[in-house]
Amino acid sequence: MKLFKEILFPLIAVVAAFIVGGIVILIIGDSPIQTYKLLLGSAFSWPDGIGYTLFNATPLIFTGLAVAVAFRCGLLNIGAEGQLYVAAFAAAWVGMKFGAPDPGNTFVSQIVHLPGIVLVPLCCIAAIVAGAIWGGIPGLLKAKFGSHEVINTIMLNFIAVALLSYFTQYHYKVPGDPIMQTAPTSPSSNLAHLGKFIPGLPARIPLNLAFILAIVACILVYIFLWKTKWGYEMRATGANPSAAEYGGISIRKQIILAMAISGGLAGMVGINEVLGYRHRYYDGFSANYGFVGIAVALLGRNHPVGVFLAAILFAILLRGGIFVDAFTMHVSKDIVDMLQGIVIVFVAAEAIFRGPLKQFGLLKKAKV
Amino acid sequence: MIELRNITKRFGAVLANDRVSIKVEPGTIHAIVGENGAGKSTAMRIAYGFYTADSGEILINGQVREIRTPHDAIAFGIGMVHQHFMLVEPMTVAENIVLGAEPGSAASLDLRKAAEEIRKLSDEFKLSVNPKATIETLSVGQQQRVELLKALYRRAQLLILDEPTAVLTPQEVEEFFAILRGMREQGKTIVIITHKLSEVLAISDNVTVMRDGKVVGDLKTSETNAADLARLMVGREVLLRVEKPAAKPGDAVLALRDLSILGRDGSKRVDSISFEVRAGEIVGIAGVEGNGQTELIETLAGLIPGSYVTGSISFEGCDITQLDARKRKELGIAHVPEDRHRRGLLLDFSLAENTILGVHYRKPAVSADGILLDQKGIQRRTEQVIRDFDVRPPNAALPARALSGGNQQKLIIGREFELPPKLLLVSQPTRGVDIGAIEFIHRKIVALRDEGCAVLLVSAELEEVTALSDRLLVIHNGRVVGEVDPTVASNEEIGLMMTGGSA
Repeated sequence: MKLFKEILFPLIAVVAAFIVGGIVILIIGDSPIQTYKLLLGSAFSWPDGIGYTLFNATPLIFTGLAVAVAFRCGLLNIGAEGQLYVAAFAAAWVGMKFGAPDPGNTFVSQIVHLPGIVLVPLCCIAAIVAGAIWGGIPGLLKAKFGSHEVINTIMLNFIAVALLSYFTQYHYKVPGDPIMQTAPTSPSSNLAHLGKFIPGLPARIPLNLAFILAIVACILVYIFLWKTKWGYEMRATGANPSAAEYGGISIRKQIILAMAISGGLAGMVGINEVLGYRHRYYDGFSANYGFVGIAVALLGRNHPVGVFLAAILFAILLRGGIFVDAFTMHVSKDIVDMLQGIVIVFVAAEAIFRGPLKQFGLLKKAKV
Repeated sequence: MIELRNITKRFGAVLANDRVSIKVEPGTIHAIVGENGAGKSTAMRIAYGFYTADSGEILINGQVREIRTPHDAIAFGIGMVHQHFMLVEPMTVAENIVLGAEPGSAASLDLRKAAEEIRKLSDEFKLSVNPKATIETLSVGQQQRVELLKALYRRAQLLILDEPTAVLTPQEVEEFFAILRGMREQGKTIVIITHKLSEVLAISDNVTVMRDGKVVGDLKTSETNAADLARLMVGREVLLRVEKPAAKPGDAVLALRDLSILGRDGSKRVDSISFEVRAGEIVGIAGVEGNGQTELIETLAGLIPGSYVTGSISFEGCDITQLDARKRKELGIAHVPEDRHRRGLLLDFSLAENTILGVHYRKPAVSADGILLDQKGIQRRTEQVIRDFDVRPPNAALPARALSGGNQQKLIIGREFELPPKLLLVSQPTRGVDIGAIEFIHRKIVALRDEGCAVLLVSAELEEVTALSDRLLVIHNGRVVGEVDPTVASNEEIGLMMTGGSA
């Protein structure tokens, strides 16, 4: 019953969004059924559809988890975007400096040449730590001075983007490269594509071990939040800070910790992006992963399982959008943004459905 | 004036009102009493159009009427004041009162005329409310009178008041009752929902007793008494007095010396208080709310930062002034907070998760590794608290929100008693708790004392502190103004000290 209720509202929100979206498509002058077939159907073909969908879902799982963890502690992390940029750059920097150079890197010098077995974990840790620091700063500011995390995370997004553009442009770009990207990272830092392990999945599809890491992260976040005393303290702080304080929990510590963990999770996007895909830091690579993560967490009800499913859904839309763009007369891929928007509106306005659901006896009526 | 006939209302599987018939005579004060969940609020919400009855009818002045929404009710001259006020804090009294019934045309709001009318109403019913004051500057008692004015402004002839005294101090209750009597003299009819028997006897003309969704008694107040009403409400004999043997105090457990506490605004909330609480005794603190009791208890529990506190607190001879809440709990200082929703509970968490709050990081809540929660250990502890403290419904997986006030309080007290405590700080232990549970909680506190625990009790209910305490300190303006023997001192005497007069 509880599970049913947890799933019910997100499901209704999605269905309702598709109905409203269908009307819009109709008005634009295309067939909703045809459009939705393209939008959803293209994600399930093997191997490209599924491979790319899961690849697209990977960063959204990380950012969705990041927002969910912060939210469980009563914090709104709008800064996943900045955190994942900083983290990706950190991973790329370690990848450039600590491994045997890529032939394309004629510019950045190395400190040591570490083998892959050391370098890959080191890059991952660099990403997580960098994200955790970038997320932890607003946590610290809130705990020490009470300044609001929403403002500070947004501001740190701007700082991150500007700072990293500067580093890329003036310090780590191969001179003459017209693209805003750093020199390539050491080949030893590359994360294997899943095509290596799964027969029938071609290696060109960038779905990589980071996706497995994302699943592990979901499980770990679940265990952390619901099975450990630390998670209990964090959730208690989010549910009722006064009661948490009464229970001997340091709210300040929880705020800093939650923001750092959140930032670290967002930072793991850098692992997928740099180690698994581009093998360099590419300025402005994020397709708003940090912000879509808020929507993912919201639709996923701040639960790892929900986040996973919501991330897959958004990834399906993201991929389907390309086909909608190509194969319909009038509808563009912006339909995806619109659907995402409507989903969020409906999720946020859960109360709209409560009344009718009660009428149909799907929900228990108000208590006496 | 209004009559409910055979009203039945079902919420899912729960029969909230079962053929309820209540007749309220015009020009009277009619009390509806019953324990939490007896269906009294449901019946009145049906009368006010919040809910519609599944069957039965409502008569107003002898005629059957349909009341489908509060709008209908207002049109029939029915007003309702809720337990939780519905006021917009930064707006003025007049603005709040006209909200939803704004005078003047759509384009121009004639607040001056409204203020005039409100002032007239306020004078007529002796409410002394200034229409130009902003809500946030008013005391709780004054805010309640604004709620009354809201109903009067809409020309209500019948006022339904849901637990109106729950938020008031004893003095405010007196004033409030005087206002109600005045309104009755002016011809208004009043229905008051409550579970405090002393108030029923003090104010009402007629009383309807409800239990389990049914009307179990319809009486003239003058022909009944507290014991009879309690028996009707609970369905069994209830001890209204606390029976306790004389205390056998041991060594001092808690000792305060020159304790002063500053508020956030820098003003002195507690002013060099010194006293001791010994093992095996209950020390009560009587005082009008807001005279430093909250700050005192929170400071003792370690919830107020040290920078606001001067003086010393010692526990079993050791100075604990610098210790945080967790360390104090480890020493055996249990705390039942005054506001169970704000401080005491994680309302959306399960009963199991609530019973480990404060001990969640050590055995039995965590397993041997010290990190993972021990679900079995938590379950055992929860079941024990539920059993020992008769928490209903006995389902550890339910969210705390689903429990009635009395059961929430039993859960908190059970959790704190499990510590086990050497010192119990308990604040408003029975606020918003029904009679059966009050009796139960009182007996538990006395039993804990008899096991040798030191108890420091704060309550706004004078009857409660005098009945439970072995020694009674009276607090006024953050100072202890005297100590009295609760078996000897009269309520008047204590009341005078509470308001700053000398005994």
